[in-house]
Amino acid sequence: MLKQRGETLGVHIILVAYSLLAIGPILLVVMNSFKTRKAIFGAPLAPPDTTTFSLIGYYKVFNASHIVTYFANSLIVTLVSMALVLLFGAMAAWALTEYKFRGSTALALFLSIGIMVPIRLGSVAIVTMMRKAGLNDTLTALILVYIAQGLPMSIFILSEFVQQIPKDLRDAARCDGVPETRIFFEVIAPLLRPAIATVAVFTIVPIWNDLWFPLILTSSDSTHTITLGVQQFLGQYITDWNSVLAALSMAILPVVAIYVIFSRQLISGLTAGAVK
Amino acid sequence: MARLHIDALNKSYGETQVLIDISLSIEDGEFLVLVGPSGCGKSTLLRMIAGLDAPTSGDIVIADRKVNALAPAERKIAMVFQSYALYPHMDVRKNMTFGLKFTGVAAAERDRRVAEAARMLRLEPLLQRYPRDLSGGQRQRVAIGRAIVREPDVFLFDEPLSNLDAALRVSTRVEIARLHRLLKATIVYVTHDQIEAMTLADRIVVMNQGRIEQVGKPLDLYYEPANLFVAGFIGSPAMNFFPATVERIEGGAAHAYGASMAPLSLPAGALKAGDELTIGVRPEHMTAGGPGAFAASGIVELVERLGEASYAHVRRADDKMMVAEIRGRDTPSPGESITFGAPADDVHAFDASGRRLDPKMIKIA
Repeated sequence: MLKQRGETLGVHIILVAYSLLAIGPILLVVMNSFKTRKAIFGAPLAPPDTTTFSLIGYYKVFNASHIVTYFANSLIVTLVSMALVLLFGAMAAWALTEYKFRGSTALALFLSIGIMVPIRLGSVAIVTMMRKAGLNDTLTALILVYIAQGLPMSIFILSEFVQQIPKDLRDAARCDGVPETRIFFEVIAPLLRPAIATVAVFTIVPIWNDLWFPLILTSSDSTHTITLGVQQFLGQYITDWNSVLAALSMAILPVVAIYVIFSRQLISGLTAGAVK
Repeated sequence: MARLHIDALNKSYGETQVLIDISLSIEDGEFLVLVGPSGCGKSTLLRMIAGLDAPTSGDIVIADRKVNALAPAERKIAMVFQSYALYPHMDVRKNMTFGLKFTGVAAAERDRRVAEAARMLRLEPLLQRYPRDLSGGQRQRVAIGRAIVREPDVFLFDEPLSNLDAALRVSTRVEIARLHRLLKATIVYVTHDQIEAMTLADRIVVMNQGRIEQVGKPLDLYYEPANLFVAGFIGSPAMNFFPATVERIEGGAAHAYGASMAPLSLPAGALKAGDELTIGVRPEHMTAGGPGAFAASGIVELVERLGEASYAHVRRADDKMMVAEIRGRDTPSPGESITFGAPADDVHAFDASGRRLDPKMIKIA
């Protein structure tokens, strides 16, 4: 009993320490985004008070840059990539577990290679490809890259979940005369909802935060994403910390919002009552 | 409703033969039960009738239509699964109508069928509920309802009662029998429970290791099992078997001796000296001290009292056990030495290959 309590305490200490470590920098960014430049450097760890409080960073971000465009670009790229990753990922996972065809194992293996090989290794090839396809400096280029980046892991995870769906359900639907596509969209997909939410959450975070591909694939203000847009406040000689911190603080919000939405879907026991 | 015909059906997975040369004819409106131990191929056979598995060779004909190449939905069958397989995210009404949408049944007709099935199965108060809010018995009724609304030619039941507790199993069994009378449906029903098979079936198919051992009416299987397997499988507790050898043929009678029974004589027929036999007697046909063509004795080890009857487990001379049913309050006590007799009519004899010998043979003796 005492040992168990000690263990619980130990686990909690580790978790709390980890949380502080993770939240600390974010808190620092948000806190300092509401301070004057002098206060940021004078006492970076102090929260804003009446003398140091300032919205100058937000003011500059909204007036001096294309922040709204960047935001919109980030949202479009993230949401479209996510939607397509989920759609194709779930469909591929279903197909690979459900239909055995010549080369299905090889195909599954090929798709999982993407988990092991980082997509950035192919950066040069991707740039050349996009240029040849005439997709240079478009959001489409980013979306295509992110779909490729997100698919392997989502197929891998969703396959595991698809296997847990009772086979009788599929058989029952087939006996009922439900077409295969409808079986997927109306029987299987609703049951995959918790899994899809999980995959959605960690598909969007790297996409939203990515700096690399916008940097090499987009060149004009109209296609920059928020993470790239923020970079214009970081100069070689002068960095506008107020604006950087304000823009970063705002960039956190959409991801948090999407996370909150999806985490509500992460309810277990959705198949309760199906069988047994 | 329709006839179902299965012709020389084989199924193998690689080297393993799951079904071997199955041929069956099921009459219109017949309740056919496939029964056998687990792994005997009965569920595979049902899945192939449904179209969920493809046979390696052979034909399946439903309502004079060869359905080998047809998808499950086109075969006009409906299947009820052991696990119910209800769609968890749909309420009871939606569960029943979901499939109908795709088979071109108009909305008004769908409603009519659901209302009818709900009335038959007493599901009306549950139509808006979700499967997770239903008890096991209710879920199974919804699953049956989903089959009924399809108005299929053939109903397929795959161990539908296995997940229910004992009391519900009995009431659902009665329910299914009632539905069969009501719908006059052709039903193929798979179970491993021989009591379900005996109570529900018009005809029973006993399967073992991918083969059909015997097809017949429940009581025919009970009184005239074709072989050792059927004799041991049908009836509970199982039939007692006594090994015996034909010692000599004398004046048209074969005298059989066994370590665990008194000498028995039966008409010689094709038997010859040295033939190995198995003599079978059901527990309910053995009477303590009773006279008869057959007698076996041993020491009582255990008496199970069920109320209407008691089962005496008796250790025989060959150290194997036999079971005898004893009616009434007068039960032997453990340690007691006891002799059971059985009339010739109730004694079965099986040859070395396990086939049952002509019943008339024993009666004459």
